[in-house]
Amino acid sequence: MEAERIKVPTMAEMMAAGKKPDVLFWVGCAGSFDDRAKKITKAFVNILHKAEVEFAVLGTEESCTGDPAKRAGNEFLFMMQAVANIQVLNGYEVTKIVTTCPHCFNTLKNEYPELGGSYEVMHHTKFINQLLKEGKLSIAGGPYKGKRITFHDPCYLGRANGIYEAPRELIQKLDAELVEMRRCKSNGLCCGAGGAQMFKEPEPGNKDINIERTDEALETKPDVIAAACPFCNTMMTDGVKNSSREGQLPVMDIAELVARAGDL
Amino acid sequence: MHFGIQNILFIIALAVAGFVFARKFGNIWRNIKLGKEVNRTDRKAERWSVMGRVALGQTKMVKRRYVAGFFHVVIYAGFLLINIEVLEILIDGIFGTHRLFAAPLGGLYTAAINFFEILAVLVIVSCLVFLWRRNVVVVDRFKALTGWAKRDGNNILIIELVLMVALLVMGAAEANMAEVKAGPFLISGLIAPAFEGVSQANLHLIERTAWWLHILGILAFLNYLPYSKHFHIIMAFPNVWYSKLEPKGQFSNNETVKKEVELMMDPAADPYAAPAEADPDTPPERFGAKDVTDLNWVQLMNAYACTECGRCTASCPAHITGKKLSPRKIMMDTRDRLEEVGKNINANKGTFVDDGKSLLGDYTTAEELWACTTCNACTEACPVNIDPLSIIMDMRRYMVMEESNASQQVNMMMTNVENNGAPWAYAQADRANWTNEL
Repeated sequence: MEAERIKVPTMAEMMAAGKKPDVLFWVGCAGSFDDRAKKITKAFVNILHKAEVEFAVLGTEESCTGDPAKRAGNEFLFMMQAVANIQVLNGYEVTKIVTTCPHCFNTLKNEYPELGGSYEVMHHTKFINQLLKEGKLSIAGGPYKGKRITFHDPCYLGRANGIYEAPRELIQKLDAELVEMRRCKSNGLCCGAGGAQMFKEPEPGNKDINIERTDEALETKPDVIAAACPFCNTMMTDGVKNSSREGQLPVMDIAELVARAGDL
Repeated sequence: MHFGIQNILFIIALAVAGFVFARKFGNIWRNIKLGKEVNRTDRKAERWSVMGRVALGQTKMVKRRYVAGFFHVVIYAGFLLINIEVLEILIDGIFGTHRLFAAPLGGLYTAAINFFEILAVLVIVSCLVFLWRRNVVVVDRFKALTGWAKRDGNNILIIELVLMVALLVMGAAEANMAEVKAGPFLISGLIAPAFEGVSQANLHLIERTAWWLHILGILAFLNYLPYSKHFHIIMAFPNVWYSKLEPKGQFSNNETVKKEVELMMDPAADPYAAPAEADPDTPPERFGAKDVTDLNWVQLMNAYACTECGRCTASCPAHITGKKLSPRKIMMDTRDRLEEVGKNINANKGTFVDDGKSLLGDYTTAEELWACTTCNACTEACPVNIDPLSIIMDMRRYMVMEESNASQQVNMMMTNVENNGAPWAYAQADRANWTNEL
């Protein structure tokens, strides 16, 4: 796309210009650094841009929410991160946050209020849904019409926060055929990345969790595996690489599906 | 029937059973209260509603597990409703009356007993189904149960069978007796012909034996409960009432750490201030949990409410893929260790004498704890809202914050978060580079 390069403003720039965005996009570590997850970030920014949402990011002032440290058991490190982040967020008088990572979402929404950081926090699947309902964004048919898409529930979106329908509604709006895995929604199987497992080798066992989960996804004979978490995305992508459908079965974030359907 | 030696014996049996149970129950409650305080009395209306749905209404019991769910509801309903008849048995036993409610209730009484008898048959069927699931086809999640855990499950089912059979035999013998207060009833009436031709004296003996077997069985059962997984019939209700109401993803913020961090981040805090006078005899507070006494009392109550059904373990991704972690074992470990600590206290006149053992290490191993993905499948699966994940997390906290017992990779992740603000070794200054790639 030659047209215009999207400019992503930071909170600092906004403040300097005397403006306040409607929503802060909390990018998260994976979304900022991981090459695969960065594509999700960019897809979501395209959506925000298309819907003309006034948003900003923290840029280099953003730091890990502390989720992996907390799940690993390191409360000290978690709280140091949390308290520092809350100072930054409160300093900018942030009231509304959207994030593409269910781990950031959960931590910001549930664990920060007790430490002095209370915000309205939304996961991007809910946010995009809202944009559609408000008519700020529209998707119809597109490349996923009639395609079989299975959705892997991220634990920190589903069981942890009870959000099962928002991502599914989006898949259905793509005119795709939503096919459910044997274990889905509140019974969904973890991808294996949660609880700081992402950053360590699994304990000894007879199978990797992401392989088990990918096998389940393959049983639905999908054209696309949809995820809504950068870590689930990594785990499922690795799972597909180990399967017979290597190279033929894309693992896509909901934001990417919506962006592509809207030709963004 | 009049007040006589039988009634005196009955009252003695009742008093002894009640006393022994109360003492053991007091002991268990003392054990539970060894846990730390935690505020779980907020949002009372919501708590009653959750208890109504989950405990009374058995909603999680029937979720996705239809066979076990259905038969459990039958036994549960049988237990609750047949106990109404036990009330009559108790009164009869104390005052020497017989079927006291029969005359005043009339037709309603017959209807009620008929209903209880049908329930009794359904309970018998359910117990047989459960015995079959545990011993013949052996459902996957019961395969890991050996020794006492396996015997315990069977004991309970057999006791329930005996109780129900006694109840029916009682009615059947009575149906043949010359002077009948009520009946014949639906099911026992069908069995009645089996006792035809038996002398009145023997019928009386059979009826009395069944009556005593039934009531003594119940009293024995009551006193078996505290040693059994079946204690859940008492603890399930309070356990659900006190369960966590916050979103499952919200983990507690460790209070001890919170205090330290707040002090550290407070610009007004005097770094040279002398620490507050601490009692030299009290050990400093631990970060996380090494032993059962570091857990909170709701976590300890969880252990007594667990009936070892294994739905948590069956849904655990770590367990499914062959790793050592089993949330059910976490709960069984917690109860076993707590019982050990309780016995230690009893043996040492009310104070715990260090036995060199702890929950972490002697019961639950680091390998089990590090296999957890914190996915909440276990807490979702538990029919009585037990939270094994919180216990796993508290022990992880101890391992990481007190022992620095984490793998190299986990330590690297934490170092990165601390230095770079991300779990990977990328520079903070590069965090917004993606904005230039749009």
